[in-house]
Amino acid sequence: MRIFDPHIHMTSRTTDDYRAMHEAGVRALVEPAFWLGQPRTGVSSFRDYFDGLVGWERFRSERFGIRHHCAIALNPKEANDPRLSGVLDLLPRYLAKDGVVAVGEVGFDSMTSEEEKAFRYQMELALEFELPVLVHTPHRDKVAGTRRSLELVAESGIPPEMVLVDHLNEATVEMVHASGCTMGFSIYPDTKMSPDRMVRILQEWGTDRMIVNSAADWGHSDPLLTLRTGEAMRSAGFTVAETERVLWDNPVAFYGQSGRLVLDEVGPAEASATFSGNSILRGQPEGDTQ
Amino acid sequence: MNTETLLDGQARRELATMVERVRESPDRVAVLFPAAARRVARGAGPSGDPDGVLGPTLEDLVRLELLRACAGVLTPDALAREVADLYHHGDSGERRAVLRGLAVLDPASAPVARELMADALRTNDTRLIAAAASGPATDLLDAHAWRQAVLKCLFVGVPLADVRGVPERVDAELVRMCADYADERERAGRPVPDDVHLVLGHSPPDEPTEA
Ligand SMILES: [Zn+2]
Repeated sequence: MRIFDPHIHMTSRTTDDYRAMHEAGVRALVEPAFWLGQPRTGVSSFRDYFDGLVGWERFRSERFGIRHHCAIALNPKEANDPRLSGVLDLLPRYLAKDGVVAVGEVGFDSMTSEEEKAFRYQMELALEFELPVLVHTPHRDKVAGTRRSLELVAESGIPPEMVLVDHLNEATVEMVHASGCTMGFSIYPDTKMSPDRMVRILQEWGTDRMIVNSAADWGHSDPLLTLRTGEAMRSAGFTVAETERVLWDNPVAFYGQSGRLVLDEVGPAEASATFSGNSILRGQPEGDTQ
Repeated sequence: MNTETLLDGQARRELATMVERVRESPDRVAVLFPAAARRVARGAGPSGDPDGVLGPTLEDLVRLELLRACAGVLTPDALAREVADLYHHGDSGERRAVLRGLAVLDPASAPVARELMADALRTNDTRLIAAAASGPATDLLDAHAWRQAVLKCLFVGVPLADVRGVPERVDAELVRMCADYADERERAGRPVPDDVHLVLGHSPPDEPTEA
């Protein structure tokens, strides 16, 4: 099974995860910019983070045969921090880069006016850079937050096919389905969705515009839940083609609208097989010792 | 290296347009440089290595043409500022191209070239390390920095054959450093990279000429 994980925070994951993901069939992913589990205190922290997303993390991923892309944005939670408003001025330079396939994650956390302002402004940037948008829906007050997000998307003038609304569940799938936006589901061990609940949603709503991700990060999460969902779909009677539509074709079609996806297999040279020892796979990793 | 012959007609025309735009208005390079790969060409260059460790990729060569276009119209100081900006705002592909293009800088801008090479040599990204260690600008590194660059290449697996200054610049201190490294690997029961012999097999003059 070939898998595209359209939402995963590899910066927080280990090389064991990369190896296991490759074994599970993951060949490409998108890492959206989000918060780090604790607040950043300045704009330069974001610059270093974005540099990592278009630099080191891409390199790390390719060593394991997985194509790495990212989405760049000021996340909703930190949009509330006045120390970080300058991050919005940093964005254009990153949105011009190869491998940046969307603006995201944008959206709401606590439904504040600062969040709404940053959300609107970043949708303008998406129009300017002709990039799709990844919308995070809030954990708390999810239904209201999702509804308000869809209103802002409609006002922005961005066509719904350029918008992925993520972290959906049984309570929010219907309104996003009606909006024409792509629907994202984060399969998480404790919260959000489980593979079995996901299968029931797919049975009810079909596989069009449906996307499944692990959203794995620094929290209790599992980068292989995309595969587990594919297995659950097969057990429930979905065909191979239907399963691949959800796990590969749909995310490729969505992020492919950026014109910047690179999906050819990582060659053996890039994945280091022919190199005499590189900094991650072989020899001594130059990690915390230097 | 003639970039033109490596590109098809469409890519050549796109490159010519971009070069023309940079000549008219060099600030545009900030936008055109990141777009070069998707608009003109990407992939393995003459080295056959799509990762750009063994030699420039197609997108590196395209970006080098843009750097040359800048060099044709900017003063040496302005060029150095632009090159440093492209590096510091670049993703890893853009940074690699800048490192491969440091030769466009005026000799008076050597401190900028040194700063960018030092930055790249501190990373663990083999593509950046190789690009920093293989160009003519590497001659600007002092003996200490250059030896550390060679050792770093050995350590992370960038082939020493591509490192600028090997073997002519090898001195007794570098031989000692590489011999120590080989010894450490052997004691750990780990293989010693074959190309260490490019340094160990080279007998420098008895007295190192550079301190
Ligand atoms: Zn996320």
